Amino acid sequence: MKKTETAEVLSNNRLAEGIYDITLKCPGIAPMAKAGQFIEIYPDNGANLLSRPISICGAGEDTLRIVFQVVGKGTDLFSKLKQGDKVRILGTCGNGYTLESGSALLVGGGIGVPPLLETAKRLIASGCKVTAVLGFRSGSFLSDEFEKLGAEVHIATDDGSVGFKGNVVDLIKAKNLAADTVYSCGPKIMLKFLAMHCEGQNMPLQVSMEERMACGIGACVGCVVKIKDETAADGWTYKKVCKDGPVFDSREVCWE
Amino acid sequence: MINTKVNICGVELKNPVMTASGTFGSGREFSDFIDLNRLGAVVVKGVAAVPWKGNPAPRIAEVYGGMLNSVGLQNPGVDWFIENDIPFLRQFDTKIIVNVCGHSVEEYENVVRKLRGQDIDMLELNISCPNVSEGGMSFGTDPKMAENVVSAVKKLADKPLIVKLTPNVTDITEIAKAAVAGGADALSLINTLTGMKIDIYRRKPVLQRKIGGMSGPAVKPVAVRMVYQVCKAVDVPVIGMGGISNAEDALEFIMAGATGVSLGTANFIDPEASVKTVRGIEEYMRKYKVSSLDEIRGIIE
Repeated sequence: MKKTETAEVLSNNRLAEGIYDITLKCPGIAPMAKAGQFIEIYPDNGANLLSRPISICGAGEDTLRIVFQVVGKGTDLFSKLKQGDKVRILGTCGNGYTLESGSALLVGGGIGVPPLLETAKRLIASGCKVTAVLGFRSGSFLSDEFEKLGAEVHIATDDGSVGFKGNVVDLIKAKNLAADTVYSCGPKIMLKFLAMHCEGQNMPLQVSMEERMACGIGACVGCVVKIKDETAADGWTYKKVCKDGPVFDSREVCWE
Repeated sequence: MINTKVNICGVELKNPVMTASGTFGSGREFSDFIDLNRLGAVVVKGVAAVPWKGNPAPRIAEVYGGMLNSVGLQNPGVDWFIENDIPFLRQFDTKIIVNVCGHSVEEYENVVRKLRGQDIDMLELNISCPNVSEGGMSFGTDPKMAENVVSAVKKLADKPLIVKLTPNVTDITEIAKAAVAGGADALSLINTLTGMKIDIYRRKPVLQRKIGGMSGPAVKPVAVRMVYQVCKAVDVPVIGMGGISNAEDALEFIMAGATGVSLGTANFIDPEASVKTVRGIEEYMRKYKVSSLDEIRGIIE
């Protein structure tokens, strides 16, 4: 079930350069939220018409928290929202992660980190041991919140400004990190190398993918990724990130 | 009392509001948001003879007041459509219009042959998609080819045949006349306008296929003009579309001469836009004492 709702901005804080943290009051949509799902937010400025898909970083009883990066006109507009402002949203979208029992390794890259926070919260609440590996270009954000939840946190930065100097996959290898299930969100190139590593180690990996979208509900068929399909003549088919995903089993994805 | 009914080639729609092909799937995705019973018709996403994969991503780019798409008519094929989507749509009291796509006359014929005897209301022949390399728009830009494909399909069709036209031509009335000469029972227009967007930071086109089809509110004046010209040029009913987002937009097309109207990109911007348009037309008719849309259709001289 999906709904549209006019949400009220309860707070908007800048977390890091270009990274904003907004809490929305949306009693219609918030209770439906699952870890790894996203919402669509409409700019409604007359020029930018398409909604922006933003992952759910935290879900309360009647609130959703989103942490996003300014990458264009829509997100720039959202970054300027003030307490009390109203925004039209649609949600919840996508399948979310399938939360498994046993130990969990959460691997996030950049703006792929936020959806893993709600994932960590739910996994820890259900008694799972959670290790989070968070990668950034420089500096970090949200890592303290993973720690507060009780996760073991490792940070990798491209420039070495915080934690391990290098990427998350190298960090995982260097520290020999392993778990029963790996949950991930981040740039496609990171997901690809992580998939290669996890397959080699026989660790099941759920990856959250991203692609340019229009509708967010599966109607426009814009946001496709190549997924393996034995029934297709050439072995693959296009699936929709917004409806069939954004989370896929890494072994299903055709990495290019 | 207002009467919102419209008649297109003998098929009576409860109101003129439809959904433009390719923006509404077969309605499933919208059933969380709206009551599909409120729509005059659902025009389903293009159906081909066999499954089509469509184009590589990125397929979507936003532009000022609209968007570009390069989906390339990804669809699971006519067999899947018949088995899954017709039964789904028949649960609702709305008309089913099936958009038919192909790369060749033969492919169009194969789809229409399979749809014979199926529980649908009308066919819409897509000779105007800019996102396929063969067929598609090439049939819609050449009057002779348009007439040929329409007459081939018309011979097989057991339902009224709507032909969907591209705006990417010098004189749309020429193609409109050719489609009617081929046997089109009705026309729908406009399909998307070809367009392009370049990401100056990456120094690359946003769309993987570089060029796509533009739609959304920004194209509406072009569409109104073309609907107006076509309505003056031919005698068959016209379904107008291109940037319609609300009742005011829809009524413009009706005054330009359209019998029906379709919402396309607006469905992405507000999933309730189609039903809001139905309500808005009803409100307009009540407020301005229009008892039937016949009173305002084509009133622009």
